[in-house]
Amino acid sequence: MDNLKKTALFEVYDDFGAKVVDYSGWALPVEFEGIIPEHESVRKDAGIFDVSHMGEIEVKGEKSEDFIQYIATNDISKLKDNQVMYSFMCYPDGGIVDDLLIYKFSSKHFLLVVNASNTEKDYQWLVENNIYDVDIDNTSSQYAQFAVQGPKAQKILQRMTDYDLSSIKFFFSKKDIYIDGVNVLISRTGYTGEDGFEIYLSPNDAPKLWKSILSQGKVDGIKPIGLGARDTLRFEASLPLYGNEISKEITPLEAGFGFFVKLGKENFIGKDKLVKEKAEGSNRKLIGFEMLDRGIPRHGYPVIYKDEEIGVVTTGYYSPTLKKNIGLALIKSNTVNMDGEIQIAIRKKTKRAKVISKKFYTKNYKK
Amino acid sequence: MKTLKDLYYSKDHEWVKVEGDKAYIGITDFAQNALGDIVYVELPEVEDEFELGDAFGVVESVKAASDINMPIDGKIIEVNDDLEDEPELVNTEPYENWIVSIEILDDTQIDELLSAEEYEKFCEEEA
Repeated sequence: MDNLKKTALFEVYDDFGAKVVDYSGWALPVEFEGIIPEHESVRKDAGIFDVSHMGEIEVKGEKSEDFIQYIATNDISKLKDNQVMYSFMCYPDGGIVDDLLIYKFSSKHFLLVVNASNTEKDYQWLVENNIYDVDIDNTSSQYAQFAVQGPKAQKILQRMTDYDLSSIKFFFSKKDIYIDGVNVLISRTGYTGEDGFEIYLSPNDAPKLWKSILSQGKVDGIKPIGLGARDTLRFEASLPLYGNEISKEITPLEAGFGFFVKLGKENFIGKDKLVKEKAEGSNRKLIGFEMLDRGIPRHGYPVIYKDEEIGVVTTGYYSPTLKKNIGLALIKSNTVNMDGEIQIAIRKKTKRAKVISKKFYTKNYKK
Repeated sequence: MKTLKDLYYSKDHEWVKVEGDKAYIGITDFAQNALGDIVYVELPEVEDEFELGDAFGVVESVKAASDINMPIDGKIIEVNDDLEDEPELVNTEPYENWIVSIEILDDTQIDELLSAEEYEKFCEEEA
C-alpha cells in the first residue's frame, strides 16, 4: 500500500473497518461491512462514498464555452450557470476518451470531473486540443470528494446546513454551502441510480466532515460504502464504467448513449465519424441479459449465439436488488433480438442466458 | 479467525476433515472472510477425479470468482447441493458446510497439510 496514492480519508478508513485494495494505483476501500449490505443501505437509506480519487480539471477564460463545446459530445449551449451536464469526450474515430461531468459556473469558468485513472490522459487531451487558448488546470489535488446517495441523503445533509437543499434541482450545483461548518461545492448528482449529492471540499476538511456525516446520519441508517457496492449500484442503474461499457475502442452510440451525443451541434471532436455511424447504423450494441442457467457472468466472458462468438460481457454481477445473475454485453448488431436466448462462456462451460432490458433498476431520482 | 483443532488445512485455505478413507473439504473461515459475501458455488460432478492442486470448484463473491483447489488427490463422492440455493452458508458456517466429500486416493498427502496451529501462523504471516 505504501506506493499507492491515498485520499485525505486514508487515515480514517481503518476506524470504519475498510478492506483497502489497489484501485488503479489508489489505495481505496473495496468494502466496509460487505458489498451486499452496503448496496442495500444505499437503495433503502443512504451511504457515503469517498470518491476523492476522481479527477478535477478547471477550464477558465474568454472562450471556455466554445472550447467545451468542441471537446464534448453533449450540447452545453443551453446550460445555465451552476448547472451540471453528463457528456463524453471522443477521439476523431468516435472512440471515447472519457465520460465526465461538466459543471458550468459561468461561460468563462467550467469544472470537469473525470475518471481517476484517466485524469492525466484527459488533461493532456484537453491541452493538445486547446484551440481556443483557454486556461486548463488539473486541480485534482485541491479537492476531496464525497458522494452521499440514497433516499435519505437530503434529509441527513439538511440537518447539517441552513441552506435549503431541496432548492438544488437534479443536475444543478451550488458553491459556498456550509455543511457542518465546512465550505463545500455541492451538486445533486451521483452514480448509483438514487437521489443524492456529490460534495467537493478541501482535503483538510475531509476526515472531519466524513466522520460527522456518518455520526449525524446514523439514526437514518447511513453507512460508509466501498468501491464494490459503488460498482454493483451503478451497474444495476445501467450507468457505464470506463473500461467496461465504454472505452477508446467503443463509441457512445454503440454503448447506447446516443442521448448524450448531440449530432446537430456545429462541431466537436468525433462528430464526422459519429454522424456516419448514426446514418449507417452501429456495428455493435450494448444489451442487458439475465442468466437462465446457474453461474455469474463476469467482465470479459465471451457471448455466444448459434455457436458463434458475437461479443463479450462488459459487466456482470449477482444483482443484490433483483436477486438474479445479470449482465451487460457488447455484441454484434443484428444477431440476437430482445428476449432472444444467448449463451455465456463461463470458464469451461456455456450457460444459457436471455436478453432483457438494460433498465435493470428504475432510477429513483428527484427531478 | 476461527479454526477447528481436528481439521487439516492447506495453504490455499481449504480445510480437510478425515474420516477413514473419506474426507470432507471446505474453505476456511479466513478464506470466506477474505472473499466477502459469497453468492455462488460451482460444484464438480460426483465421480470426477482430481489431483492435489487441481481446481475442483469455484466460489464466487459479489466481486470475483476464486478457484477451490484440491488439498489432496481425491475422487468426488458427494457434493453439497445445499450450497446451490444457499451459497451464503459458506460465509455463516464455513466449517459446517463442506463443499465436497472425496475418496482419499493418497493418504500420505495428509501429512503434508497444516495443523490448526500451523495454519493460523501461516495466515498471520501472509496478512
